Amino acid sequence: MNRFAELLDRLVLTPSRNGKLTMMTDYFRTVEDPDRGLALAALTGDLSIAAVKPAMLRMLITERMDPVLFGYSYDYVGDLAETVSLVWPEPDAHLTANSQPTLADVVGALQSASRSDGPKVLVRLLDRADISARYAIIKLVTGGLRIGVSARLAKQALANLGAVDVTEIEELWHGLTPPYTELFAWLEGKTERPEKTAKALFRPVMLSNPVGDGDLEKLDPADYAAEWKWDGIRVQAVCEGGVRRLYSRTGDDISPAFPDLVEAMVFDGALDGELLVGDPVHETGTFSDLQQRLNRKTVTPKMQQSHPVFVRCYDLLQDGTEDLRALPFIERRVRLEAFVAKLDPTRFDLSPLAPFADWAALEDMRRNPPHPVIEGVMLKRRDSPYLAGRPKGPWFKWKRDPFTVDAVLMYAQRGHGKRSSFYSDYTFGVWSGPEGGEELVPVGKAYFGFTDEELRQIDKYVRDNTIERFGPVRSVRADRKQGLVLEVAFEGLNRSTRHKSGVAMRFPRISRLRWDKPTAEADRIETLQALLD
Amino acid sequence: MRARDLLHTRPEGLYCPPGDFYIDPVRPVASALITHGHSDHARSGHRSVLATRETLEIMALRYGADFAGTTQAARLGETIDVNGVAVTFHPAGHVLGSAQICVEKDGMRIVASGDYKRRADSTCAPFVPIRCNVFITEATFGLPVFKHPPDSGEIARVLKSAEQFPERAHMIGAYALGKAQRVIKLLREAGYERTIFIHGALAKLCDYYESQGIALGDLQPATVDSGAKTDFAGAIVVGPPSAFADRWARRFPDPVSSFASGWMRIRQRAKQRGVELPLIISDHSDWDELTETITETGAGEVWVTHGREEALVRWCELNGIAASPLHLVGYEDEGD
Ligand SMILES: [Zn+2]
Ligand SMILES: [Zn+2]
Repeated sequence: MNRFAELLDRLVLTPSRNGKLTMMTDYFRTVEDPDRGLALAALTGDLSIAAVKPAMLRMLITERMDPVLFGYSYDYVGDLAETVSLVWPEPDAHLTANSQPTLADVVGALQSASRSDGPKVLVRLLDRADISARYAIIKLVTGGLRIGVSARLAKQALANLGAVDVTEIEELWHGLTPPYTELFAWLEGKTERPEKTAKALFRPVMLSNPVGDGDLEKLDPADYAAEWKWDGIRVQAVCEGGVRRLYSRTGDDISPAFPDLVEAMVFDGALDGELLVGDPVHETGTFSDLQQRLNRKTVTPKMQQSHPVFVRCYDLLQDGTEDLRALPFIERRVRLEAFVAKLDPTRFDLSPLAPFADWAALEDMRRNPPHPVIEGVMLKRRDSPYLAGRPKGPWFKWKRDPFTVDAVLMYAQRGHGKRSSFYSDYTFGVWSGPEGGEELVPVGKAYFGFTDEELRQIDKYVRDNTIERFGPVRSVRADRKQGLVLEVAFEGLNRSTRHKSGVAMRFPRISRLRWDKPTAEADRIETLQALLD
Repeated sequence: MRARDLLHTRPEGLYCPPGDFYIDPVRPVASALITHGHSDHARSGHRSVLATRETLEIMALRYGADFAGTTQAARLGETIDVNGVAVTFHPAGHVLGSAQICVEKDGMRIVASGDYKRRADSTCAPFVPIRCNVFITEATFGLPVFKHPPDSGEIARVLKSAEQFPERAHMIGAYALGKAQRVIKLLREAGYERTIFIHGALAKLCDYYESQGIALGDLQPATVDSGAKTDFAGAIVVGPPSAFADRWARRFPDPVSSFASGWMRIRQRAKQRGVELPLIISDHSDWDELTETITETGAGEVWVTHGREEALVRWCELNGIAASPLHLVGYEDEGD
């Protein structure tokens, strides 16, 4: 348990992706079965344990300590799980010396507990654990480790462990269950790759590369088909032998959040497409609308009614028992058209091809897409098979130009790792309020897009123009007369109730430093609001 | 004699009317008794200062030889008469030279703890509990959430991380007086024999510790002259925490930022400071040590200062000990 607890502690505080990977890979390498597999399940969200409610936790602790002292403690720490882990009475030394519970002990005890037993079992575990183990146990039972590790990243750590491609892991994933002993055995070279036995498995997705400078000149337009790049989320809908699954691009099973769509998945095969809100014929909703349906475990009937989803299909990977992935794109496309024609037209439609004469014509289409929910064009080689990963050459994405806004730097925060001595994370705002009473409202945060030299310049600017410091954050002089204007590029806007400005930017980055521009000429919030409609 | 007639607070600090002296005054006074060399306790400009030899020497290092009009060295355990008040310095286990100050007159004995810790520290003399009527305790970590783990485990985590990320420099933030030397000593005790690089602000005090017989091994200044960026790959660098936010830190390759402090017990604190590798190593007592010490002194009354008074006052209440917060201002420890 302690090694798992230590892993959690380190992961929470490690900002860099590579650092996290190293820690997870080392953990998987050094910890034995079944603990490592259970840890993996906890990280990927595949561990099911009956939850203990915060109120119960609070009751358990105040039975054990003065409520006033607990109150002071909780008030200071701010996080219930952490507070309880710290103030829980220490076990007798003889209890912990040799018998710290393993992760398997903990998970076993928690999984076999009935609902009414849950708290009692929890108490027995906490009574034998030290502080960091207690923290990990409480995090497990209260659900949500929230340590900044995605399932995808955990799978990448596995891939590193076994020196295999992450797509191989994703492909196997849904046929496996905790504690994944056969998976580890394969990754360590002790056994063959596990058989794919489960039905309706995920197939690793084929991704594209952005069109770079000079890429197209070398290519013949006649070799490529173009289609629109829709601004939803990429999904894979798979049905096999009565099993229906909707997967995200990284192989997470998101079916439970989309019962309306799953009900219409009456076919035998595997479709690749874009999940969008609205209905195919009348209205394709924006990404902002789609967001209402994302990141939910379950969905109300009301939400299904007001924000129905459908799939705009790009490709067909499997047709009945036939695997089509080795066929050329153009042949798969013919099969796809026939396949989609038989599906419920309110839930599935075809992403149309967009014919073009030459690159100049395509460039024009990319810049002026015919629909607001299109974010560019896709180029697919007519003869390309469907390959896992991001091979260079067969598929390209060519996005429309990003939106830009001129905003004023408001706060700067120190970065991490290589950038820990630089103020490299910037919060910027635009003007709102009546003339003469303008105020800056923050509209986003960005920490890339600038060169190292520009970073040095902004860092110096921040240090020279600080008006207040709180922890690693500095607030920077920013008013109608003085301040630094940043040109910020972004891919789109979402409505947001969490932000005072009411908007949240997608993929904001600093595109230019406008040392020359007076702050009073930066954009107003209305400019952004107009983009939402 | 009533306790409050022997010691009470004034804007300058804790004052003893019969002895006409202050303990750790925050403003210049005629006569000051000083518990230890941290800058919030030991200030320059007093007319006369009574403190341990080490504390006086540390003050001279930090403020220059003329930091006070006159000085007198107090020997631990030896009683000095100050205007009819019996004054004795006892070790506090906080940093080199740190002392508790016991003042006694007409059967009333008050011990001012200064800052103290209870666990072993091979860079200073260990704390000795003194029976007294009134114990004035610090409460920097006066909340039940503060539980300092054994130092050895914390140091082991640094060493493990240095192994895991051999291409990165490990930068440990540690306050210049006491914590830095203790961390270095702990690394040595854990068997780490490589050169440890130190920030310039630590040099004088590290030299001083060495001169007092506390061996710190090979220390080198962490300057760019000592090599290219990659020379610090895998190295351990110790510096004052403030330096890590500074341009100074840019000379190190992809540093792992670490901070040795009792505050690191709280994840959010570590996160806010951008600390990747928190080391819970403190020169103050944790909650259990504070409450055990109060019990050991046998004090019938406790005055709480310097931190989170309310929780410790509450604990005393629950345990039938009279307690009140001493609202002293101006102490924000540099050595937590
Ligand atoms: Zn102090
Ligand atoms: Zn101190």
